[in-house]
Amino acid sequence: MVLPTTTTRATGTPAATRQAIPPPHARWSRHLPTALLAGAAAAFLLPLWVMLAGSLKSMDEIHRGSLLLPPLRPTLDAWRQAVGALSPGLLNSLLITVPAVLLSTLLGALSGYALAFSRWRASSRALSNLLVLAAFIPLQLFLYPAVLGLAWAGLFGSLAGAVLAHVVFGLALTTILFKGHFEQLPLELLRAAQIDGAGFARTFFSVVLPVSMPMCAVVMLLQFTGIWNDFIVGLVFAGAENRPMTVQFTNIVGTTFGERAYNVEMASALFTAALPLVVYFFSGRLFVRGVLSGAVKG
Amino acid sequence: MRERLVEGLFIAPALVLTLVVFVGTMVWTVGLSFTSSRALPIGHWVGAAQYVRLWHNTRWTASVEDLAGYAFAYVLLSLVVGVLLAVLLDRQARFESAWRTVFFYPYAVSMVVAGLVWQWLLNPVVGLQSLFGDTGFAWLSNPRLAIYAVALAGSWQSAGLVMVIVLAALKGIDPEIRRAAALDGIPVWRTYVSLLLPQVRGALVAATLLLAMAAARVYDLVVAMTNGGPGNATELPAKFVMAYLFVRQNVGLASAAATMLLLAVALLLTIAWAARRAVGR
Repeated sequence: MVLPTTTTRATGTPAATRQAIPPPHARWSRHLPTALLAGAAAAFLLPLWVMLAGSLKSMDEIHRGSLLLPPLRPTLDAWRQAVGALSPGLLNSLLITVPAVLLSTLLGALSGYALAFSRWRASSRALSNLLVLAAFIPLQLFLYPAVLGLAWAGLFGSLAGAVLAHVVFGLALTTILFKGHFEQLPLELLRAAQIDGAGFARTFFSVVLPVSMPMCAVVMLLQFTGIWNDFIVGLVFAGAENRPMTVQFTNIVGTTFGERAYNVEMASALFTAALPLVVYFFSGRLFVRGVLSGAVKG
Repeated sequence: MRERLVEGLFIAPALVLTLVVFVGTMVWTVGLSFTSSRALPIGHWVGAAQYVRLWHNTRWTASVEDLAGYAFAYVLLSLVVGVLLAVLLDRQARFESAWRTVFFYPYAVSMVVAGLVWQWLLNPVVGLQSLFGDTGFAWLSNPRLAIYAVALAGSWQSAGLVMVIVLAALKGIDPEIRRAAALDGIPVWRTYVSLLLPQVRGALVAATLLLAMAAARVYDLVVAMTNGGPGNATELPAKFVMAYLFVRQNVGLASAAATMLLLAVALLLTIAWAARRAVGR
């Protein structure tokens, strides 16, 4: 990376005085930021391109040609194998992610609302601080006792166990996000509901929750990508028959004997990453908003 | 009276989960680190013996060294690239959201996928090496460089996060400052280095700590990319804990290692808290 130092200088000076006789490098310097951005974009997109191109090639073509070239004789063979091998994982990922996202978002909204507005002020504040800490502690600290606890409850190695683990581990983040959001709501809204005779619960369900739908969408997006892309929880808690896509994917890549089928690996990689990527590309702004509000709390 | 009960019901999930699950299991893990537990949590009290063994375990000391290299390279590279991208986007008004989408998408890709793609890119036979000849892209088979290859993959994922955080902070700066700097004829790079970036130091500190904490946790990326090799060159503490919990079945030692991770994160959080007070944000 090179800093755009002296060459960008011209764009910062008052343009009017310079316009008559542009310095020799003015045109170049105006395009330098764009050129740098384009270079960086190419580097950032390289892995995605390599995955896509590789997944459409035959092994023969991979060995003969460069990995940067587009597939000259595109074939869907690798995709057929990848989809066949990963379909059970895809189903498990859906069965784990959908309930875990819904539950952790709903519970996060409930407890975020309670922490923001309950009359138990001191305990609410202490609890919020604990939750912020909990959101940062590595999962390794909780894993073994959690395994024992779920085994005791008869849920270890099941889809329900994985969902429960995701809900519990995700609750700290969703609660903090919702609490921060609710605290910014106009107080008049809550007062008006109270004057109309709505209680704590009623105010939440008929006033606060309906106006917080965009926030719900943001939290669900974050939880969706987080849980879909999770590896540790799926590996430890789901059990052999319920492995989510990410875990199954590493098994497929790890266990091929002899020559590695790079094209199938690339297709599997892209297939595993596809849903979060599609969701990301279609929801860009909301996703960024969620990540930002999560990051600021840290 | 009834209202208090309802409020209590709303708070209950968070309360029970934090106290029982987070605090309870954490205390349990720390407690296990003082016992001789092997496969089952039924060892007796051995004091700090597991910690002594841990620090005499060469796989552990190697993983701590590797983590130091990884964290340094990963935090530095993510910060430099992320801040540069943020500044460039701050200057460039056109197509900002398209650019941002491109630089931030790796954040939505799972670590296992990222690890495999970068393993492929750095593969000596079919990767970039084969394109440019023997120009030293074979980082993954070099025990001294492999950890930096993992850090490169990690930064590819995280630089966009830094960019998003810093860009949001830059947009929040009073436009008068820029106008004044432009009128005074201060060069653009000086404006950023001496005026604008110091204004967003809160965001820079927050991004640095987020990266440091992500580094302490990194696990899936290494599993997919190198699985700890060559040798112990990319073994990391989080992976050590997993290996001793579920493969080596030495719960006491694994818990001691997990407790060291907790201490590291606690230290970072203390720094975060102190930095926030110092920055005054």
